[in-house]
Amino acid sequence: MVNTKIDLGRGLVLRNPVMTASGTFGYGEEYTDFVDLSQLGGIIVKGTTLHPREGNPYPRMAETASGMLNCVGLQNKGVQYFIDTIYPRIKNFDTNVLLNLSGSTLEDYVKGAEMIDALDKIPAVELNVSCPNVKQGGMAFGVTCAGISQVVSEVRKVYHKHLMVKLSPNVTNIAEIALAAEASGADSVSLINTLMGMAIDAEKRKPKLSVITGGLSGACVKPVALRMVWQVAKAVKIPVVGLGGISNATDAVEFMLAGASAIEIGTANFIDPAVSMKVAEGMKEYCERHGFERVADLTGALEV
Amino acid sequence: MAKQIADFKLIAKEDYGRSVLLRLRSEQPLPDIAPGQFVQVRVDGSPTTYLRRPISIHDVDFQQNEISLLVQQVGEGTRHLAQTETGTYLNMMLPLGNGFTIPEKREKVLLVGGGIGIAPLYYFAKVLVEKGIRPTLLLGGKSESDLIRLADYQQFGDTFVTTEDGSIGEKGFVTQHSIWQKQGFGKIYVCGPKPMMKAVAKLAAEMGVWCEVSLENLMACGLGACLCCVEDTIDGHVCVCKEGPVFNTRRLKW
Repeated sequence: MVNTKIDLGRGLVLRNPVMTASGTFGYGEEYTDFVDLSQLGGIIVKGTTLHPREGNPYPRMAETASGMLNCVGLQNKGVQYFIDTIYPRIKNFDTNVLLNLSGSTLEDYVKGAEMIDALDKIPAVELNVSCPNVKQGGMAFGVTCAGISQVVSEVRKVYHKHLMVKLSPNVTNIAEIALAAEASGADSVSLINTLMGMAIDAEKRKPKLSVITGGLSGACVKPVALRMVWQVAKAVKIPVVGLGGISNATDAVEFMLAGASAIEIGTANFIDPAVSMKVAEGMKEYCERHGFERVADLTGALEV
Repeated sequence: MAKQIADFKLIAKEDYGRSVLLRLRSEQPLPDIAPGQFVQVRVDGSPTTYLRRPISIHDVDFQQNEISLLVQQVGEGTRHLAQTETGTYLNMMLPLGNGFTIPEKREKVLLVGGGIGIAPLYYFAKVLVEKGIRPTLLLGGKSESDLIRLADYQQFGDTFVTTEDGSIGEKGFVTQHSIWQKQGFGKIYVCGPKPMMKAVAKLAAEMGVWCEVSLENLMACGLGACLCCVEDTIDGHVCVCKEGPVFNTRRLKW
């Protein structure tokens, strides 16, 4: 019997290493016809900002080879709406419910984190300092060591539970950014958010996305994500949560071997809404087949 | 109503040039399906097609666990679907979105379809007839070849036709058909290209007639999770896949 439990620290204990990535799984409710949420380590709900945001105009999506670009732009109804309306509906899900928190000013992050801190059934926040689709967006904080140190240390002062920081791949040295997050009080880092990209309709000579650029996700980003997880895991001591193009259990195992302690499934949820459950099962099966007693033992088990 | 994900066997294909009718059978009983709802079909074996393709439900046969899709080849994904060999399986998520509002029995109903937008109106007209409502149909296309299964549509009610080249029916757009001068309607339902739907919606608004349209914005998840397929409404950006694809035109910022 394989032990699938993952302890990410500061009270965030997962039943298994599989979580669903923010922005790809709604509030979990959208998927309950397909997924038994109690079979997942956690779900990370849609990126939420202190104030409501309408997001970017349509079109917000362009399909690419083995992936997609999006420029949704953090459409959400704000932290207070989440607390009043959504939280009561999802707080008793039999899995960890994490909230992805984004902002455009330091004050927004701090105020939002303070409000979420008061919610008993939210064991962790994933701090989004890496959304590429918002003009004065989180990514401004996430692409420099000074920016990330500032936002993480200020949020740390008011947020007392597990603080996960989601990193942008759109940087020159992601390990340095991760180290800055760690030094500022992050309990874990998750990576990667989407890669900035662009798509053009040649026939119309127009961009395919309303705001021209967007974030690339899906199977095509996996090699980049895997490399970055490996680099970051070597650099930091806090747990690393790996994501980026994971579509099956083998992909997930690769991220663990590269140094991730847990993983998130994102865009693959769009193609197979039940994929998260299958990945959790498949990782267990891998461990049985390879004689690992604990899934946690896969972390960093890459033989080089 | 629970959604399901299932493999459907392609049991028959009918070729209509640019479009193809796919008849698909499931091994398990179908869920309830309202006219206007859609499926998300996985496109296997096409390297450039990553996401599922949303396709409206053209017809349903609950006895046989069968669904029919009318697929127009507009890009690589739909071309691949159209080329699916009989006997192979397509993986589908269904039923998605909300269907058309079922009218009162005494109401005079007009269904307006343009191009491949006629597809969901087949099942809708069939359900209306089952409920004792005989709809009037107004179908438009560029030319006669766009009016797929015209004779089959005609069984459901008085059917009027326009084509841009005049190859069949009155020449012009659906909004130019003489029926608008001759008859009044209590409810108008529209599915077709966006400019055509906007034109019909405008006409309906001018006449003060209730109107629903079925949108087909680009989408990824089909479940209301990714927020890619939004339409601008009086309630802000809402997902076409979850709150639509059918909308009352009063709700849209058109």
